[in-house]
Amino acid sequence: MAGAREIRTKIKSVANTRKVTRALEMVSASKIRKAQELMRASRPYARAMRQVAGHVARANTEFKHPFLSSRESVKRVGYIIISTDRGLCGGLNSNLFRKLLAEIRDWNEKNVEVDIVAIGTKANVFFRRLKVNLVGSASHLGEKPKIEQLIGVIKIMLDSYSAGSIDRLTLAYNDFVNTMTQKPTLDQLLPLPPSDSLATAHDWDYLYEPDAESVLEHVLTRYIESLVYQATLENLASEHAARMVAMKSAGDNAKKAIDSLTLVYNKVRQAAITQEISEIVGGAAAV
Amino acid sequence: MSTIRCDIVGAESEIFHGQAKLVIATGEAGELGIAPRHAPLITRLKPGQVRVQLENGEELCFYVSGGILEVQPQVVTVLADTAIRAKDLDEAAARRAKENAERLLANRADAVEIAQAQAELMQAIAQLRAIEQLRKQTRH
Repeated sequence: MAGAREIRTKIKSVANTRKVTRALEMVSASKIRKAQELMRASRPYARAMRQVAGHVARANTEFKHPFLSSRESVKRVGYIIISTDRGLCGGLNSNLFRKLLAEIRDWNEKNVEVDIVAIGTKANVFFRRLKVNLVGSASHLGEKPKIEQLIGVIKIMLDSYSAGSIDRLTLAYNDFVNTMTQKPTLDQLLPLPPSDSLATAHDWDYLYEPDAESVLEHVLTRYIESLVYQATLENLASEHAARMVAMKSAGDNAKKAIDSLTLVYNKVRQAAITQEISEIVGGAAAV
Repeated sequence: MSTIRCDIVGAESEIFHGQAKLVIATGEAGELGIAPRHAPLITRLKPGQVRVQLENGEELCFYVSGGILEVQPQVVTVLADTAIRAKDLDEAAARRAKENAERLLANRADAVEIAQAQAELMQAIAQLRAIEQLRKQTRH
């Protein structure tokens, strides 16, 4: 019966695993709702910000901000990468990193250096192993990320863009499409890509207080910050969705494993009983 | 009586939106009163109150710790900062983020981490071996 006991312990341990995955699944299911609410709450600001930035980009002609004009030669590029703090969320982070690595390899082939700012523990751990230039990091944003937690890392990148040490800035995060789908996304932040909505034919200008340059700088900085913040929230919702799906499939697999192990266990038990009976019968016949 | 649409939004939530007769805010260069059909204007806000006079004469008062005020002929937008912002504070935040990265790079080959990974590997191998044995036993 030694085999049977081993199988029984194995069944018990798989059952425990299943309990854990189910608990994680339910936790994520409730957190995803909160994350989506956060996303919704921050949307008015993002929309208003986009409008204002759009107005600014097309209204002003007297002063060209460096954030708006693209540079001809690209010698060094910056990436802001948003990842999760915890694992057990399927291929969410690795899909994003894989996409990013392909880009980094392309840049390296062109002899362009890459600066990286990592948000979230997973990106920190991943990118410190690589031969990239990690210039800033933030982690443990929690369930309710605050914009204060992101100001520092964003400022590093904006400063080095203004100083001319990077010529392009890209944001990498997981876009929350729906619960089943999260899309690894790379968005160019700087120079601000010219979009159609920004280019309508209106000829007017603002009254600036105190002056165009400083107001523009301020508005564009806030605009970038709001984009990064919005992406962080998207990534958070994606994390919970991915974890929910991953835990569900892990739970299903555990159930399958339990079923097949139970079958084996019963067979072993049956075989042992049969053997015992035949031994007894054999013994009785010998007497 | 004409009114102007007023939106006050914070980065993490919407604060107010509706029709207003007059919006009063503290701009960088002084107090501003925005009435309907004001000329387009954009300014930074100083920490202070934003007062909104509604159609029925009621006055609402919000505190903002800075932000941006944008005026279009039909709409006033206040983008309020939720965080307290100052150049020094921003710089400190940037420095902290940089230090974080440097600390990470400094203990790149963390001995504890390697030990932990090894222990996990051993466990996985042991589990695999157990399963292998189980298979052999049940087949006979």
